[in-house]
Parts: sequence; structure tokens; C-alpha cells
Amino acid sequence: MKVGTVVGTVVSTINSPVFDNRKLLLCDLLDVDGNPDGGYVIAVDVVDAGVGERVLIIDEGNSARQIVGLDPAPIRAVVVGIVDAMEVED
Amino acid sequence: MQLGRVVGTVVATVKTPGLEGVKFLIVQPLDRHQEPNGRPVVAADGVHMAGPGELVYIVGSREAAQALPNTFVPVDHAIVGIVDEVTS
Repeated sequence: MKVGTVVGTVVSTINSPVFDNRKLLLCDLLDVDGNPDGGYVIAVDVVDAGVGERVLIIDEGNSARQIVGLDPAPIRAVVVGIVDAMEVED
Repeated sequence: MQLGRVVGTVVATVKTPGLEGVKFLIVQPLDRHQEPNGRPVVAADGVHMAGPGELVYIVGSREAAQALPNTFVPVDHAIVGIVDEVTS
């Protein structure tokens, strides 16, 4: 899984059925120190996360399909948690 | 999933079985500021409606094939949505 910050949303009306009525979040990926590492993903939101929040993202197809309950489905990234705290040993 | 801009089309008459009728588009992956990022890829059109110039989002790897009617096909990028708006 990856840790990211929600920085925006993506709106689309024409999409694969798996994305119907689902919120898409634009998430910057973070490095171990919590700084943006330059990468990003568009992820389906299942925890009602909002812009500015630090979130846990799963970027793997099997897990994603299991979460949305649809198989087959062309989906990979899902926001599965809102991070309260993160601690890294030196 | 990543943002991309459709920049062209690919036509192939001879294809692997299972890919008949699948439309292929050339997509330039974008960073989150919608600036080109990396090399263009050939992506299957999973929404059947994407065309050159459009902002789309694409899914990569094995999941791409699942955007198509026949899911056991050799496809590694697919357009799974046409973007109306990005707020950030």
C-alpha cells in the first residue's frame, strides 16, 4: 500500500461501469518523510476522504476488485483509509 | 489510474484473437498538473467514445484488459474514463 495526500478530485460521466457513482480522488504519493515523491494516482474513494487528508491507498487490481465487489473490473487504485498518524524511526 | 491526453489512433488489421473490434489510441500520460510525463503509450479504448484531444484516465498493467469485453487479451493500458473536470 501507499500513503498519499488527497489534492483534488476527478469528475467523469463517460467511464467504465465500475466507476459509476464513485468518487475519484487525485492523490499525491508521499515518501517516507511525508513529502510528495513526485508520483500521483487517481483512486476510487471508499472511505469518504477529502482534499487535504493523508490517506492509505491500495494500488493493486485484485484487492481493488474485492473492495468494489465487481469482477472483472478495470480498477487498480482505491483509497482505503484515512491516516491519523505516521511514525518513522530514524 | 493516471491522467492522459489522447494524441492519436492506431489501426491494426492483423491482431491477436480477442482484440477484434478493439479501438487503440495513442495516449500521452500526464502528471497531475496535466503536463506530459513519460513516453506515449498505446491504450485500448475501454469506453468506446474517446478521441484525439480528449483528457482521459487510464489504467495500466493486467487490469487494463478487464476494461474490454474479452478480458483475457494481451492489453496493458486501457482508457477507462473521459475526464470532465479535474479540481486540484
